[in-house]
Amino acid sequence: MTGPALLPLATGDRGLTIGLFLAVVALTLAITFWASRQNKTAADYYAGGRSFSGFQNGLAIGGDYMSAASFLGISGSIALYGYDGFLYSIGFLVAWLVALLLVAELLRNSGRYTMADQLAYRMRQTPVRSAAATSTIVVSIFYLLAQMVGAGSLVGLLLGVTDPGLKNLVIVGVGILMVVYVTLGGMKGTTWVQIVKAVLLMIGTLLITILVLARFHFNLSELLGAAAQRSGKGTAFLEPGQLYGKDLTGKFDFLSLGLALVLGTAGLPHILIRFYTTPTANAARKSVLWAIGLIGAFYLMTLVLGFGAAALVDTGKTSQIATSSGNAASPLLAQAVGGGDGTLGGSVLLALISAVAFATILAVVAGLTLTSASSVAHDLYASVIKKGRASERSELLVVRIAAFAIGAVAIALAIPAQRLNIAFLVALAFAVAASANLPALLFNLFWRRFNTAGATASIYGGLLAAVLLVVFSPVTSGTPTSLVPGASFDWFPLRNPGLVSIPFGFLCGIVGTLLSRDDSSARRYDELSVRSLTGAGAEKATSH
Amino acid sequence: MTDSTTPAAGPSETTSSTRAHEVSATDDRLYTALAQEPDFAELKRRYRRFAFPATIAFMAWYVTYVICNNWARGFMDTRVVGNVNVAVVFGLLQFLSTFVIAFLYARHASAQLDPLATRLRERFESGTDR
Repeated sequence: MTGPALLPLATGDRGLTIGLFLAVVALTLAITFWASRQNKTAADYYAGGRSFSGFQNGLAIGGDYMSAASFLGISGSIALYGYDGFLYSIGFLVAWLVALLLVAELLRNSGRYTMADQLAYRMRQTPVRSAAATSTIVVSIFYLLAQMVGAGSLVGLLLGVTDPGLKNLVIVGVGILMVVYVTLGGMKGTTWVQIVKAVLLMIGTLLITILVLARFHFNLSELLGAAAQRSGKGTAFLEPGQLYGKDLTGKFDFLSLGLALVLGTAGLPHILIRFYTTPTANAARKSVLWAIGLIGAFYLMTLVLGFGAAALVDTGKTSQIATSSGNAASPLLAQAVGGGDGTLGGSVLLALISAVAFATILAVVAGLTLTSASSVAHDLYASVIKKGRASERSELLVVRIAAFAIGAVAIALAIPAQRLNIAFLVALAFAVAASANLPALLFNLFWRRFNTAGATASIYGGLLAAVLLVVFSPVTSGTPTSLVPGASFDWFPLRNPGLVSIPFGFLCGIVGTLLSRDDSSARRYDELSVRSLTGAGAEKATSH
Repeated sequence: MTDSTTPAAGPSETTSSTRAHEVSATDDRLYTALAQEPDFAELKRRYRRFAFPATIAFMAWYVTYVICNNWARGFMDTRVVGNVNVAVVFGLLQFLSTFVIAFLYARHASAQLDPLATRLRERFESGTDR
């Protein structure tokens, strides 16, 4: 690399990169307008008519799940910290077994449009839907902030925008786009945007992976050796311990993170509602199998990208990769394997990978906005406020108003949130999902006695525990890198709350259930079991 | 059933009910009847027989991996072949085990669960007027 390290990437590429960014925006908008003409009923809007095949939904799940944090963050983390960067991807993948074995099919058969549909199946509607909608919105907003902050810094990095005002403008632009996708396209448009993104991401990643491996004669050991040598850390670069577990607190922190990652996925509302878009539970299962294959292959490729960047691109303290916390690793690696800075191949691949990363962000924010807007309209407006007497038309109007409101809130929060670490925001969303949503989902499916008190206790208990522990952790205060560096109220030592908040969420569910004498929910357990296991009476695909 | 869990009856095509279910008296009887069927008990047993032990197994295997990263560094740093050490192999084995468990579940579900589930669902549908 030539030139001062802090300058944005090779500026000669800007025209091409901007052109590809605009092409991505145009393509996704075209899909959205096409989809907007197909949305007729609530099932079309919320669940894409339940007409997506297992393979299509598998791609869409991949598109929804493989966020910019995974694409840029994990490969960047490996480029900087070696082996420890790999650990995130393992948790993110293994987590899919929870979804496959315990959640996907049963949820498809017993729910309708939102996560709350399933949780409220045999419970009193108002308290459980209010609780589930709250945690849906909290988890989705944390996740959304991570993506929007990522979009701001990505565009800043790739287009050479350093002016904070322009970065804010990018965040506003992404916010407007996601509202357009969701209000017009609904689930059908969002799903196709995610499918296109997943295909682009897999092709782009595969291309760079092959080009990297070709440099090392398709020999993993040779790649690892080169990465270790160039990193300056020797074999320690290939061993655990560069990033996590330096002391005892660090070791427990890592355990905590590991649990949150593996248990969070099956409680992420934007992932759960994807299972409603298939016509049957069998198709939902197939979609998870496709997703596991795609996501697994993708994370194996990020391993090559990360070590490839460590081996082929400068990752020293003042390098662009280090100053971008690793986010620039994949784009710069693409430039390097394309021929390097200033070459045509380098420029094309850099622009291509940047556009793929941008498409990734757009697809994920669309899914998150849809999830929270659906929950506001379907759970809070139609059920809690209107007590189930809202017309379909008014509900579909409210969902669009909600999308605008969520877009506005996300923009307003994302601009000051640019100081926050993206990986931290994502890990927090996973911790809340694992602590608040997963216990309620599993108890509802597998514990007859579970009741309304237990459901609300586990959701609010897990949610509050996760959020409060972060407030009282070193993330918020007590260290120079904290949000409030001046103060110290960090009595909870771990950065990730999962180790405490996940068991606490389960415990709240048990205690809440046993303290209440309400057994009306137990009587409807047989109905839920029959329906979730056999699909008898489950929602069908719309036919048109 | 209490009032709070009984939805206001109405055809789901015209009103957008927010209840997760609209259960008629017929459906209610059918669900109760199906829950008593030996076929359903068998379906539930076959599902849980795979899903529960497999969940315990992959969680234990994953937590072992996390613990080894923390507290068995010497073991993880052992070279296996070339520059590939136990840590990398262990990580890749997590991928492999995920793929294998997913494949085994898919096979178990289509051979052991789907035929029973379909039979029970057909019995439900022939008993309702939808």
